[in-house]
Amino acid sequence: MGGKKAGSPDKLIVNGKRLDGRKLDELRPITIKAGVIPNADGSCALTMGETRVVAAVYGPRECFPKHFQLQDRAYMECIYTMVAFSTTDRARPGPSRRSTEISKVIKDALLPAVFMEKYPRTKIDVYIEVTNANAGTRTAAINAAAVALADAGIEMRDIVTAIASGKIEGQVALDLFEPEDNFGEADMPLAMMPKTKEITLLQLDGEITREEAEQMIEMSMKACEEIYELQKKALKDKYASEKSAEVEGEGDENGSV
Amino acid sequence: MEKLYVSDREIVVPGDILAEGIEYLPSGKAYREGEKIFASVMGMASVKGRVVKVIPLAGRYMPKKMDALVGKVIAVLPGGWSIEINSPYAADLPLAEGTSEYIPRGADLTRFFDLGDYIFAEVTLITETKFVKLSASRRPYRRLRGGILIEISPVKVPRLIGKQGSMVGMIKDATGCEIVVGQNGWVWAKGTPEKEALVEKIIKTIEVESHKKGLTDKIKKMLEENK
Repeated sequence: MGGKKAGSPDKLIVNGKRLDGRKLDELRPITIKAGVIPNADGSCALTMGETRVVAAVYGPRECFPKHFQLQDRAYMECIYTMVAFSTTDRARPGPSRRSTEISKVIKDALLPAVFMEKYPRTKIDVYIEVTNANAGTRTAAINAAAVALADAGIEMRDIVTAIASGKIEGQVALDLFEPEDNFGEADMPLAMMPKTKEITLLQLDGEITREEAEQMIEMSMKACEEIYELQKKALKDKYASEKSAEVEGEGDENGSV
Repeated sequence: MEKLYVSDREIVVPGDILAEGIEYLPSGKAYREGEKIFASVMGMASVKGRVVKVIPLAGRYMPKKMDALVGKVIAVLPGGWSIEINSPYAADLPLAEGTSEYIPRGADLTRFFDLGDYIFAEVTLITETKFVKLSASRRPYRRLRGGILIEISPVKVPRLIGKQGSMVGMIKDATGCEIVVGQNGWVWAKGTPEKEALVEKIIKTIEVESHKKGLTDKIKKMLEENK
């Protein structure tokens, strides 16, 4: 093992606890709120510890530019951006190599869950803004975007849930935060559809053994189930009062003159 | 192995299991995977006999055959009109379906429906790839002259109409306005300017409070206050 990286804290694990007091397999506190942007068809504000993201979904709407139109299914555009003040150093606005790649993997993580074939020739826009970055932005973005898609009333098989796990000081840990992400040994984001346990995103940065990988996947999948419940709760909360609605007068399905 | 997992009018989200067993039939926004039936949108579960479905709480309007719509003419073409119907798709109103009148060759089509006109029409055909055809040649489908357009969420339309048109009928009787409710969430109203403003206010109230109890009484009160 070589020397420490500059700015690195002495230890990432003290007395079995991490620097923010969490256990190794503990999530950061998560808050999710659906329907935060009135002008969007669906939206979601999500925080995971210090990481904050806002997602907005527009559509399905007419597809522009026209040559992106697909005759048998919808086209999805996903744009992930970090606002200038989201990081310690100012993030230069506009698309970057990193944000283009993350937009692409988020789109690929969400696509298997959406019934794209129900909306031929249309476009679904997913915009994600990271307002504060503290590691795990792509997983937070996926969680928020999935809730926003459901909030938009788009037909989906399931809600996609994501979480990162990693390796710090040789130990497997869940949901890394900034110092662990910067000075840890590995970072592995994972997205899945909890209903079928299908994995829709799996990336790895760093070196881990096969056993560690298995342990991390298992740990992440367990955490995803927890987040899944929070996502569902956020959506249901938006319509909590709807439950008490009386069957007063649901009209016929047709227009009226 | 039949089992029902939800009660009627329970809020469900995509991926929620609704029922199990081949006895149950998915309809609307529910889908089957093997033996199980799941919800595909966020909405209210509805169980009627063997049929399990989800009534959506949000979402854009998706055209269906036989739907009666309010649309806006966005293009006058050589063979008909192109109509915006508040959905991701524009609809076609062919020449033959536009009016019951005889249209001679080379006639000026703007005489029937001009650019920007609002019309009340019915969906007569919709293809797999969502090409929509309308018809406005039979009563009550027609050109809507004057009046105002009110936009509401398409999922709130049944509430605005009410049972056998009770809600919208009440507004019509009280205000004396002509009101046309399109399934696509566009509502056209025509009357005196004051009454039109009142209709808009009332329809917006219905949209916001569609899920609340005693809405009919509240609307009745509003209408009486503004007589």
